[in-house]
Amino acid sequence: MDPVDLARWQFAITTVYHFLFVPITIGLSLIVAAMHTAWVRTKRPEWLRLAKFFGKLFTINFALGLVTGIVQEFQFGMNWSDYSRFVGDIFGAPLALEALLAFFVESTFLGLWIFGWGRIPERLHAATMWVVHIGTLLSAYFILAANSFMQNPVGFRYNPESGRAEMSDFGAILLNKVQLVAFPHVITSAYMVGGAVVMGVGVWLWRRSAAPGAPDAEDVPLYRRATRIGAVVTLVASLGVIASGDIQGKIMTEVQPMKMAAAEALYENETGAAFSVFTIGSLDGQHEVFAIKVPKVLAFMATGDPNGLVEGINPIKARNAEMVAAIERTYGSDVARISADADYTPNIPLAYWTFRLMMGVGFASMALSAFLLWVTRGRSRPPVSRWWVWAAIAAPLLPLVGNSFGWIFTETGRQPWLVNGLMTTAFGVSPSVSATEVLISMSVFTLLYAVLAVVEVRLFLRYVAHGAEPFHEPEQVAETADAPLQFSY
Amino acid sequence: MDYPFIWFILIGVLWTGYLVLEGFDFGVGALLPVLGGNGARVGGAVDEGENRRRVMLTAIGPHWDGNEVWLLTAGGAMFAAFPHWYATMFSAFYLPLLLLLVALIVRNMGLEYRHKRDDDTWRRRWDLAIIGGSVVAPFLVGVALTNVVRGVPLDADFEYVGSLWTLLNLPSLLGGVVFVALSVTHGAHFLALKTSGRLREAARRVAERAGLVSAVLAVVLMAWLVNARGSVGVGVLAVVAAVALVGSLVANRVGREGLAFVGTAITWAAAAAAYFVALHPNVMPTTLANGASLTIENAASTPMTLQIMSIAALVFVPIVLLYTAWSYWVFRRRLATDRLATPVLVK
Repeated sequence: MDPVDLARWQFAITTVYHFLFVPITIGLSLIVAAMHTAWVRTKRPEWLRLAKFFGKLFTINFALGLVTGIVQEFQFGMNWSDYSRFVGDIFGAPLALEALLAFFVESTFLGLWIFGWGRIPERLHAATMWVVHIGTLLSAYFILAANSFMQNPVGFRYNPESGRAEMSDFGAILLNKVQLVAFPHVITSAYMVGGAVVMGVGVWLWRRSAAPGAPDAEDVPLYRRATRIGAVVTLVASLGVIASGDIQGKIMTEVQPMKMAAAEALYENETGAAFSVFTIGSLDGQHEVFAIKVPKVLAFMATGDPNGLVEGINPIKARNAEMVAAIERTYGSDVARISADADYTPNIPLAYWTFRLMMGVGFASMALSAFLLWVTRGRSRPPVSRWWVWAAIAAPLLPLVGNSFGWIFTETGRQPWLVNGLMTTAFGVSPSVSATEVLISMSVFTLLYAVLAVVEVRLFLRYVAHGAEPFHEPEQVAETADAPLQFSY
Repeated sequence: MDYPFIWFILIGVLWTGYLVLEGFDFGVGALLPVLGGNGARVGGAVDEGENRRRVMLTAIGPHWDGNEVWLLTAGGAMFAAFPHWYATMFSAFYLPLLLLLVALIVRNMGLEYRHKRDDDTWRRRWDLAIIGGSVVAPFLVGVALTNVVRGVPLDADFEYVGSLWTLLNLPSLLGGVVFVALSVTHGAHFLALKTSGRLREAARRVAERAGLVSAVLAVVLMAWLVNARGSVGVGVLAVVAAVALVGSLVANRVGREGLAFVGTAITWAAAAAAYFVALHPNVMPTTLANGASLTIENAASTPMTLQIMSIAALVFVPIVLLYTAWSYWVFRRRLATDRLATPVLVK
């Protein structure tokens, strides 16, 4: 196989996998911090029990997010060394700042939170989880700034002497318009996932504790509360996801028209273009068997005007020669990084379907949380029906795979560009690394990640099944005394 | 002093921070089978060995993750400040780095997951991951850094043209072994400082033996370094490293555990400094006559990037050091096997 394809597959596998744990970390850290603070303020035992219970699930998830994140940082140099050389002056800075500002904070303060029981004053202890959450947000900001540069390169100039792209305006890179809307979109999506995990776990335990003769029958109110908190977080966050996604669509149409055209498989320019919810048959309009189309929606999503003009794939493609010539003029004669004969279209069916699936599961998740809030309002009956088991399983999975589809769309929709309009993916790989080496590393990561996924999910489910621990009044341990620790391995 | 030179020093500082900090948690992981019994339990009773392992892992529990961020920051800083260095080094050391990643992954998972289930098989498996990772990782870091100083075949475009076998040369393998031995000594000093009772005594005895082995091996490594890339500076730093190591052994012997730990920390710092002084003005020299060495000047980013990074480092490194120090202060208490918390374990 081609080393480029292998390196892309490895990046896809390791990144999609890493990003299963990231949104849970971002979302759950917020909810656990809020629960811990609620305990400190109200001294109501259920808040401490919930904070500790979801805190445990948080650490189980965080472990994998952490280790798979190390791979991400090494991977650019290992598999994409020419990319690293070409844009390192710009792309490296957010990565270094992510480590300096976010990773240190996350790891140190999570250590303080986990081991701090009885050793740090209560308020300060609750604050450590807030700091962890801020760390996750900072981390997201910097890495998204790096990614936004790849979608819409700004704040740089090409230096023909060194053959590298060089930073000219760091502020422009951090305040890239793609970034300013991608960040809230990603964060609110992560909050949806965090809420949905709490909602799914809550509803499952609620149903179990409400069953006749359940040993933890007195915990029904605890799990009902968790369920409703999760549902509220998911529902509110989903509104943010929609709002930010709407603006994102318009910015994408402006800076990456090809990606928007691919998202609808729109081949020719069209005013007032319809959005197809579903298509059977080929997407190129030649052999369409059946499609559900909503008039004017694509035009509205792309331009904000129901009668707006959306450019099609073919006219955009026709501009390629012109675009490549412009790139040559701007970036000098060193066009080794741009191959003019390439077909500048992403994988259309992939873009089309991931775009729909992202939105579809997102709306399903939103609907589920709204439905749950409705049926559990007031003094309603507990969720005893068998149907609730499926709701508990679907709750966290829907927004989680929604995140994956979103990223697969964003990244494959940019292809064949590695940096949009500047460097193609094929020119980014490491020249000194053989296909065999990439194949070995891809296989090793895939196998290792698969094993770890099984271990993680089983451990996670074990702790869910175990449920929240009974309440113990926490005590401060005198540092000089020989008192046993409140927490140790 | 220009920006590239400042960043060359800062990257040296980041690597030093990494070795000084993760060095001891690697050592503690590697010492699990030595100080923590054989991990077996008889008839379901909790034995002393298991409790010792718990103490050892609790001692590094709040810190190892933060320690490892020094590696990520060093990597990120190389990417930002010297993109060519990052690109060449990470693609050249491809398979060793793959192995390093696997070692770090399984080790970290072990540290996070070992105590999460009350199941002997579960614990034994994660113990293997922790022990294996804690030996393999410092070995590979030692091999990689020694190869950087020694030089590797780079062509005129800074691309690596050697193979895996090129990296497995005698000095680099020795570098790997020294990194492991020094980690073990450093880890034993940390345990002697952070525990009490019989574990503390045992840690001091192990530190003595490991320290003597490290001293002999490190002297050979430093002699190679002075001989291969010698300058007065390298020689002085090699002597400082040796004196600090011997001093730490003496301190350990007379029961000055804090001093012993500081001693091995200085040894790491002096050894890392010797490597970077030996490297200067290159960052990755080539061994080929018609190749091109990566230097501080030709591998560096633009002054603008370096200036932004410098401001960030100036503001945030002190803050990082401050809260890291606070975290060590919070968990300053010595740990003992009879003062562990009753764990909440899931079967």
